[in-house]
Amino acid sequence: MFDFLKGPVETFQEFLFLSARAFRNVFRSPHYASDILIQMDVIGVGSLFIVSLIGVFTGIVMALQMARALSTYGASGQIGQIVSITLVRELGPVLTAILVAGRNASGMASELGSMKVTEQIDAMRALGTDPLQKLVTPRLIATAIVLPLLTIIADALGMVGGYFIAATMLNITRSQYWTNAWQILEYNDLLQGLLKPFLFAIVIALVGCFYGLRTSGGTQGVGRATTKAVVVASVWIFVITSMLDPLFVNLK
Amino acid sequence: MTGAPQNLAREIGPDILQFEDVSLHFDDVAALDHVSFELRAGETLVIVGAAASGKTMLLKSAAGLEHPQSGRILLFGQDILKMGERQLIQLRSRVGILFQEGGLFDSLTIEENVAYPLLNSGITDSGVGHNATSSNGDSNHQPISIAEAEARVLKALRFVELEKTLDQFPNELSGGMRRRVGIARAVVTEPALVLYDSPTAGLDPITANTIMRLIIQERDLRNTATIIVTHRYQDGHMMATFRYNPSSGAVEPSAKVEPSAKAEPSANAKSSPASSGDQSQITTRFLVMREGQLIFEGTEDQLKASRDPYVQKFAKAGSS
Repeated sequence: MFDFLKGPVETFQEFLFLSARAFRNVFRSPHYASDILIQMDVIGVGSLFIVSLIGVFTGIVMALQMARALSTYGASGQIGQIVSITLVRELGPVLTAILVAGRNASGMASELGSMKVTEQIDAMRALGTDPLQKLVTPRLIATAIVLPLLTIIADALGMVGGYFIAATMLNITRSQYWTNAWQILEYNDLLQGLLKPFLFAIVIALVGCFYGLRTSGGTQGVGRATTKAVVVASVWIFVITSMLDPLFVNLK
Repeated sequence: MTGAPQNLAREIGPDILQFEDVSLHFDDVAALDHVSFELRAGETLVIVGAAASGKTMLLKSAAGLEHPQSGRILLFGQDILKMGERQLIQLRSRVGILFQEGGLFDSLTIEENVAYPLLNSGITDSGVGHNATSSNGDSNHQPISIAEAEARVLKALRFVELEKTLDQFPNELSGGMRRRVGIARAVVTEPALVLYDSPTAGLDPITANTIMRLIIQERDLRNTATIIVTHRYQDGHMMATFRYNPSSGAVEPSAKVEPSAKAEPSANAKSSPASSGDQSQITTRFLVMREGQLIFEGTEDQLKASRDPYVQKFAKAGSS
């Protein structure tokens, strides 16, 4: 009766196996340091421009939209608080992760998928390398390092974008905006602001690699794997953030 | 009788590879259906069959790349179905594989591709200096210096006559050249067993002939145990009836080779007398597969004599 669940449950089980092995490899030799660096370059440096751009615009949009609501209470001077809290706690991590999922989960799925359908993965195993160690673990480590860093950059530039609106359209002084923005933040905010991108990074890397490695059926299969990787990673990002939020909000 | 101690198996015993009642299923489809055969040192197996008859799966199972659900596969005397992926990686460094489409890493140059098994075979070789997986105590793996790796890569590429392509990428080469690079990569570690998956598929007859001559040369120079999967009867016919002639340096019908090889006390005295003596011993057997089952096993003559219409298809295809 629940046969329709069999497929998804089996897929999830396979995903957990792959995740367990990828994590175990983090603590086992050999480590392919150069592959980690290459991936950090591809994911981190490669995403820097688009992440900065999105960060700035998010700050601008937040400041503009919130200014109207705040002005009804005569509180538009507090705009710095709103911008910094929403960015650090939620929008910075989620938007950065969604971008990186779109760029790199798809990239991983298509790269590993192409290798799978052209037997390069089998060749790798046949020639004495564990593909998980050589391909998956470096991507996992690299994403886990660079995504929190990208998030910090997006947060900071978002606040700059908010300041731009505050200074040019709301006549708020520099010290008023930045004092507001800085003082509202607590360690709790920083903790979730950095824990989230770390978890998102794990999801992005593992989902991207997972769908890449189980690709079958030629070039069409590569396309399917890429699409699935982006969709699944994005959904999980929202599921994780909404599961984490109650924990952190209750802490206050 | 098959429970031989593992340390005996390391000295290459008579049995290189043994399949015992091996079955491999994907969902409800049987890719291998109770397959049993064995391969001894110096022997050649030619596996023919229609598309999707399980030939490739048989080859991949032999190298531990697929995991059949039942049966036993002994590779160099070790039961590979009971081994973990990490142990398998050690063992696989003694097996060379040519994949159907070559399986070259398209992000690496030809030189890096051929050097890959030298620099990565056996986890302990990768220069990390961490000996995590020496559980089977295999001391064959000496870390190899860059200079030696370069020399061996060059030698392997010279063997396939592609030493000028070192810095090119696989997509810059033609299909036949890629296949030759694949052969160089498969044999660069001088493995005791080489598996060829459809080495001539999709090639024109002249290129296919070149590839087959290289395979025969590789087999006869080092007396390598060889399994070749093919859908072309000519390939098997060549494997069975052609020999590499060390004196002329060419691959010729074996009738011509035997006398001259014996008359010539060749320069590489270490291997030549043994191999020329063994040449008559080299046996080529044919296996025919249909829908995952092994339906025929025997010599070329037996293959030709078979009455089974499916088997006959593969015996006649090339005799014209």
